[in-house]
Amino acid sequence: MRPTLYNDRRAVFALAAALMITRINGALAHGMAGERFFPATILTDDPFVADEISLPQASLNPPALDNSQLTNIEIDLSKRITPNTGIIIGDEWQHLRAPGVPSVGGLGPLRTGAQYQLFIDGPHQALGLLGLNVIWGHTGRTAVGAPDFTTLSPTFDFGKGFGDIPRSLPYLRPFAITGNLGFNFPTQATTAGVPNPNNFAYGFAFEYSFPYIECCVKDIGLRPPFSQLIPLVEVSFTTPISRAPANQTTGTIQPGIIWAGPYFQIGAEAIIPANRLTGHGYGGVVQLHFYLDDIFPHSIGRPISEWW
Amino acid sequence: MRGVLMAFAAGAAAMSAAPPARAHAFLDHASPPVGSSVPAAPPVVTLWFTQDLEPGFSRVTVTDEAGKQVDLGNAQVPRDSPAELQIGLKPLPPGTYLVSWHVVSVDTHPTEGTFTFEVGQG
Repeated sequence: MRPTLYNDRRAVFALAAALMITRINGALAHGMAGERFFPATILTDDPFVADEISLPQASLNPPALDNSQLTNIEIDLSKRITPNTGIIIGDEWQHLRAPGVPSVGGLGPLRTGAQYQLFIDGPHQALGLLGLNVIWGHTGRTAVGAPDFTTLSPTFDFGKGFGDIPRSLPYLRPFAITGNLGFNFPTQATTAGVPNPNNFAYGFAFEYSFPYIECCVKDIGLRPPFSQLIPLVEVSFTTPISRAPANQTTGTIQPGIIWAGPYFQIGAEAIIPANRLTGHGYGGVVQLHFYLDDIFPHSIGRPISEWW
Repeated sequence: MRGVLMAFAAGAAAMSAAPPARAHAFLDHASPPVGSSVPAAPPVVTLWFTQDLEPGFSRVTVTDEAGKQVDLGNAQVPRDSPAELQIGLKPLPPGTYLVSWHVVSVDTHPTEGTFTFEVGQG
C-alpha cells in the first residue's frame, strides 16, 4: 500500500463547510437510492427530483386508428428548487400526418409540474415522490391535438431496486422497477360536445442494470460502453373513469435500452400499441438526456435554494 | 429525420459548450474483483472509481460474515491516484467478506456501494 495520503486539513475543513452549506443528504440529484442508480426513463416519470434536461426527445408514434401519425420533438427540464422539491417544464413540436388531408405542425401544450421528494430509503433502494402535473390549455396548436382546456394530474411516482434481496440470488439483484400512479382531471367537462373524461393513468418501467451487476454483484468483465447499459421495458396505460364508455383503456409497451454515461444518457425504445384502440404498427423514440448536476455542479446543477 | 438529427446535434453542441466538470464517482473495478473468489487472502482491498475522490470524506470497510470488521482501518486515497481507495486487511481465514464503501467525488457528489468476495472457498 502506498503511504502517501491527502492529509491537508484545510482542504478537509473547506469541503466540510461546503457540504454543510449545500446540506448534502438523502435528496441527491440523479436517481440515487443507496447504491442504486435509477436512470431517467423515457415513458415513466422519474421518482426523484433532479437537475436534468432532455434535449431533445424525438418520437415517431405508431399510426392511430384513423391512420394518422404523430411525430414529436420535445424538450423537458427538471430543476430542483430545494434538495427535496423541484419543478418540471416541457413542451414539444408536433407534426401530424393524416390520410387525405394536408399535414400540419405546431407546438403542443405547455406541460409543468411541481414535485416533492417524499422519501429516499437507501438500504432498501426505494424512492417516493408526490407530484402535481399540469397540461395547460390554450398553449398549443389545436390542429395538432393541443387542448383548449387545462388538465390537472396529481401523481405518486416510486422506484424500487432489488439489491436488498439475498445475495444468494445474485442475478435478480440488478432488477429495478419504477412506476407512476395518478389521475388526470380536465378542468372542462366537454369540448365541442365531446366529453373530456377523468382518467386513471399508470405506468411502470422494468429495468435490469448492467452497472449494478458490475458494481455490486459480480465483475463479469463488462467494460464501457457495455457496462453502462440498462435494458428496460416500459408500459403506460390510461383508463377513463368518468364521462366515457367502459373498456376505453389505451396504452403502449416500450422495450428499449439506456446507455448512462457520466454527464448524459442516451435512450432508445420501440413503441408498440398495447391494444387496437391505441393504434397499430410500431413506432420509436430516442432521447438525449443531460445531467445538469454533473455538468454544472457548482451553479445551475444545484438546487436554487443553494445558489446564494 | 433531418430535423431530429439536427435537434440531437443542437443538444449535444449546447452541452459540449459547458465548462469541464466532474461527475458522480461510481465504482469502476476492484481488487479483489466484485463477487470474486480468490484462493489466498489479499493483504489489501483496492477500489478504482470513475472520478477523483475527496479523501477526507471517502471511506471503506471490510467485514466478515458475522459483521466483524476485518480491515485495518487505514483507508486512504493515494495522492498520485485520486480515483483510488485502498484499505489494508487483517489475515483473513477462508470465508465471505463484505466490502462497503461510501465516497464523495471532488464535485461533492456522494455515492456508495457494497460487494462481496470469497477467500479460499474455490
